[in-house]
Amino acid sequence: MESATQAPPEPRQMRRLEPTAIAGIMSREVANFRTYWKGTTFSSVMEPLVYLLAFGLGLSATLVDEVEGVPYIEFVGTGMVATAVIFSSALPSMFGTFVKHRFQNTYDAILAAPVDVEELVSAEMLWIAIRSGTYGCVPLLVTIAFGLDPAWGMLLTPLFCFVTALGFAGFGVAMAATVAKIDQFNYVTALFVTPLFLVAGTFFPIDGLPEGVQVVAQFNPLHQLVELVRGGAFGFEWADLLRFAFLVGFALLTWRVAIHQMRKRLID
Amino acid sequence: MGAIELHDVVKTFGPITAVNGLDLEVPEGICLGLLGPNGAGKSTTMRLLTGQAIADSGELRVLGHELPAEAKTARGLMGVVPQLDNLDVDVTVEDNLAIFARLYRVPDVGEAVEKALKIARLQERRRDAVDELSGGMRRRLLLARGLVHEPRLVLLDEPTVGLDPQIRTELWTLIGDLKARGTTILMSTHYIEEAERLADEVAVMHQGRVISRGHPVELISEHAGRQTAEVYGPPERLAETRAAAESKGLSVRPAGPAIAIVGSERGDGVIPEDAVVRAASLEDVFVLLTGEEAE
Repeated sequence: MESATQAPPEPRQMRRLEPTAIAGIMSREVANFRTYWKGTTFSSVMEPLVYLLAFGLGLSATLVDEVEGVPYIEFVGTGMVATAVIFSSALPSMFGTFVKHRFQNTYDAILAAPVDVEELVSAEMLWIAIRSGTYGCVPLLVTIAFGLDPAWGMLLTPLFCFVTALGFAGFGVAMAATVAKIDQFNYVTALFVTPLFLVAGTFFPIDGLPEGVQVVAQFNPLHQLVELVRGGAFGFEWADLLRFAFLVGFALLTWRVAIHQMRKRLID
Repeated sequence: MGAIELHDVVKTFGPITAVNGLDLEVPEGICLGLLGPNGAGKSTTMRLLTGQAIADSGELRVLGHELPAEAKTARGLMGVVPQLDNLDVDVTVEDNLAIFARLYRVPDVGEAVEKALKIARLQERRRDAVDELSGGMRRRLLLARGLVHEPRLVLLDEPTVGLDPQIRTELWTLIGDLKARGTTILMSTHYIEEAERLADEVAVMHQGRVISRGHPVELISEHAGRQTAEVYGPPERLAETRAAAESKGLSVRPAGPAIAIVGSERGDGVIPEDAVVRAASLEDVFVLLTGEEAE
């Protein structure tokens, strides 16, 4: 029988969060992504286009002309970035993680290699955040095509999207490691994802909402992302630093919670 | 130092004790068959060895590394072939191998993939998605994936469960080649024939512990003697024959429509003339020790 490969490397003590392990897991995601990128890209472009046509052009032609001094289509277009981020991070991480664990046994295979749960979760979150950070910019590009003036601050949009997506990827992984059945994602979507999406300030400014809701909205990462993206397009303010710090904190928190939950789920 | 050393290992899941004071040593260079019925604790033992389950108590060492503290390092030195097919079905054959070569930190991924493709005899199908492969090809790929980093120790968890006989034979050939290279193998199985053909030693596991261990021939000699007589007939006749054999201290077990009198060479006067006498087998040992029907 042919020997499987070259002489094995010297045994060494493995450390935590080894970049080679994380890169290995991400290479698996890339290999899979090559098989379905066309569909994902198509829907990522079409969805904001449809929303912009429906809400932006539809409403601005009939009911709303400007919001906060900005043409309504540009207001919605910049807000749609947050919508793209949550739908391309929270949902794929919830369903993807659950399917890989429960139906495909992918994690059993990966954890039989010198990889631990911390590296597994980190790699999954990073991959989703990179993807979401990229696709999250599409609505902004579509809005530019609809007449939004490009601004230097927009170059920070991928970073804002990446950090927010990291947080929502962690949220999705943690949920996937918590629910017992895939149907229970309906509760997660109804109780968390949809409300977060609706009170992000995407389609209307939140300062028109009751005061209590406004306070709660300040803790909504999507709202902070919307504000940051609009800052990049129409001018930053100092409070944006706090918004960014909040998103970093959100990502760190969900990262640790996701690792904790996945460890409980994957290690007997 | 053994490749695997388990001492008094206990693992419970709520009220169920899956592994119950397990002692198991596997010296380097042998193929040990872990034989037991469903629920005997074989798969839990495998998961304990990869650090995917943490023992409640006991000592576990794999290739000199203490578990679970050094499980990650130990995993880098062993290969695992799982019971369930968990290949990435949309991804090509060579990508499936390359991903795991990276996870195992193989320095030359390309070379490792080439050699693994050769083991799986899938060079011609390298660019095909796994979904397009036959069941046998997928199984060979799964085995090659576990060997992509040339591990010193390979864990085979029910490697041929649910496969048709032809594919099973193919895999036995591959496992035989692996043995010939001196790789240490721990193979859990509930197929008697598989253990008989491949294992240098067999450990019979039942209710979470090893209840007997040895070379298949030694186990047969120790527990089943030289011959087994199978007696067919109506239930009343089988009951009478059974009672007579047991009164002589012989072990009797059900064998489908018949009963099998184990150690029948000691059964003068109680073995009917029309009994089918054959050499005692590992199956006889398995059923006697575990009380379960063999597959």
